[in-house]
Amino acid sequence: MSDLLLLVPFVAVVLLYLLPKRARAAGLWIAFGILALEAAAAALDRFATIDVGLLAPLEKLLGFHLATDGLSGLLILCTGLVGMAALLVARRTLESVNERFLFANLVLVAVVGINGIAMVRDLFSLYVFVEVTAVATFILIAAGRGDHVFEGAWKYIFLSVVASVLMLTSLGFFLLSTGGITLDAARTGLEANAPLAWIAMALFLCGLFVKGAMVPFHGWLADAYTAAPAPVSVFMAGVVTKASGIFALLRIAQSTLGGATPGREILLVVGAVTIVGGAFLALTQTNFKRMLAYSSISQMGYIVLALGGDLHLGILAAGLHFFNHAISKSQLFANAAAIEQQLGTLDMDEMGGLGARMPVTAGTSAVASLSIAGLPPLAGFWSKLLIVLALWNAKEYAFAAVAILASLVTLAYFLSLQRKVFFGKPLNKWSGAREASAGLLVPAVVLALITIALGVGFPFALRILMGGGA
Amino acid sequence: MIGFTLLLVVLVLAALWASMTTTLLRATLGLALASALLSVVMFSMGATLAAVMELSVCAGLISVVLVSVASLTRPRSIQEEIASRRSRLRRIWPLPLVLIAAGVALSFVHAPVDIVLRLPQSDGDVRTVLWSMRQLDLFGQILILLAGALGVLVLFRKEAKDDD
Amino acid sequence: MTIEMPQSFWLYFTFFVLLLVDGLWCMLATRNLVRILIGLEILMKSVTFFLIAAGYLSGRMALAQALVITVIVIEVVVVVVVAGIILGFYRKHDSLDVGNTRKMKG
Repeated sequence: MSDLLLLVPFVAVVLLYLLPKRARAAGLWIAFGILALEAAAAALDRFATIDVGLLAPLEKLLGFHLATDGLSGLLILCTGLVGMAALLVARRTLESVNERFLFANLVLVAVVGINGIAMVRDLFSLYVFVEVTAVATFILIAAGRGDHVFEGAWKYIFLSVVASVLMLTSLGFFLLSTGGITLDAARTGLEANAPLAWIAMALFLCGLFVKGAMVPFHGWLADAYTAAPAPVSVFMAGVVTKASGIFALLRIAQSTLGGATPGREILLVVGAVTIVGGAFLALTQTNFKRMLAYSSISQMGYIVLALGGDLHLGILAAGLHFFNHAISKSQLFANAAAIEQQLGTLDMDEMGGLGARMPVTAGTSAVASLSIAGLPPLAGFWSKLLIVLALWNAKEYAFAAVAILASLVTLAYFLSLQRKVFFGKPLNKWSGAREASAGLLVPAVVLALITIALGVGFPFALRILMGGGA
Repeated sequence: MIGFTLLLVVLVLAALWASMTTTLLRATLGLALASALLSVVMFSMGATLAAVMELSVCAGLISVVLVSVASLTRPRSIQEEIASRRSRLRRIWPLPLVLIAAGVALSFVHAPVDIVLRLPQSDGDVRTVLWSMRQLDLFGQILILLAGALGVLVLFRKEAKDDD
Repeated sequence: MTIEMPQSFWLYFTFFVLLLVDGLWCMLATRNLVRILIGLEILMKSVTFFLIAAGYLSGRMALAQALVITVIVIEVVVVVVVAGIILGFYRKHDSLDVGNTRKMKG
């Protein structure tokens, strides 16, 4: 199964080009089907059972050395769900069949990259798949028609290259200090407390901080998200940044750092600075997508902060927040797409009173905002609670306090967003605005329902996660 | 030993020329030269296969790409060109001094470094390593080439459309 | 090759740092997109060199070569894609000046 997650989307991209040009409209639905299968396989936890039997010879032939665990399943599930949402948004926002076809292809390539990130056990292969995902994303951004697509893509490229240089230098140091570049070799080096191994790990973490847009390396993210076409920002905010930066951090914290003190301290400080920095930057924004982007930075800081807490609980909390945020933030970007389609602008100062005209968009965005801000009983409340508990268990009381206080700032900027956009006097200017078409509402509603269901049924979900995760 | 160090010095000089020279064409040439020198360095360190790749792909293919970009984008008006050249020179002139200072400073460092023990027999041949241990990276290579092909399709087709 | 090879980590590290500084400076001192791309390439040269040196010093040359070959393939794809993006930028703004990208609010 694990090999199929790489091979099926890859083969699909190649085969899609053999389709006659008339049939290209179907490309989007084929990609949708593949992502649906992927999400279903991850949700039902079918990796192990399909591995035996027919696939064993194939796996032996390919020799990919992949491994799946609860964390991989989590990322693959997110990728499937967010990818489907992005494809639905693309169907309503990209104009020509050709653009949609290329979008579907590039999303599939990025999905192979993300699936690879989810399953590798080797730092160099991790780098390779991060790079694949990044290249597919550069193209997705630059393929847009907006005014600033090149600028957004350019900043992303610039910092991605810096991240690549950091990661490759780190691999050189790993070769010198341990002679190997697998996660296990890195762990052995760190446990032996070899200074070179720690230098190497610090460099690799820095590379991932750039990729994951941790403050002070966050400069590229807001421009990239804002400049990207609507479906691309759904996909990027949902999984791309998280997979290539944050998930890789999760994987390293889980399988190499092993709760060692220097590593934990780096994660705690970077996480806390990012939470606070991102939240305050979000407060000052007037562009809808830009505010969401800074909010993303801040929330990814929570995930990193959790990794600095108690090891087991921390990874569980981080994984859960990862999922919640992927779902809610991609939903908010889908809401942004709906608003942009109706109004033609994303400037929040020009909006107001849209709640009456776009009730579904308003309602779903309220669910996602409140969940991210951590209001009970929505899903985001539980993951933030677990993050605070993980910090408390590790006796990091100050950082737990930061996590709680920053939630208030989160609530503040989301309330300000809701007030500016949906409440207040309906402006005459937007009397022509209607609720967005069903194609844009379906992903938003489904993702909002997931947030509510996970929040309400949390004790049950936790049992599954405890069983599958760890 | 002296010869090898000199080779590295020339490599850095080529890279320095690439970053300081005035026209894009010369900068590309400097980069190609640096690439070629790097492949000689790699060859003399025993990395023969990677050296061949470096020479053909980096010194060859990438130079072709850079030259075509430089030729597809015509230079700006002469006044603008001169102004931007001046402002760039103002920012880049300290670079050689910085490099010399860094080189001298680092040459005084002799702190012991714990490198994993050298095991000449432990490794085998690069082809065996690449084809039987790192298949996943090979798959990654194919995948990124596919992404690159899609990129060419998207980014270059768009221009063709703009031409109409 | 009959050149006697040095075994000192610091020799290799020094030249790695020199190339790295050169590449970074080249990227930061210019406003021309193609020059930034050239600086980026110099950075990639420096890490390629470092990986080979690491493989040489640790006796894992075959592994290091396998990695470098993959890095070179990735490098060339990135350069081609970035070249496409630069051409797109040029068509839109009729200039290679990165100053035009600073219009976005940071």
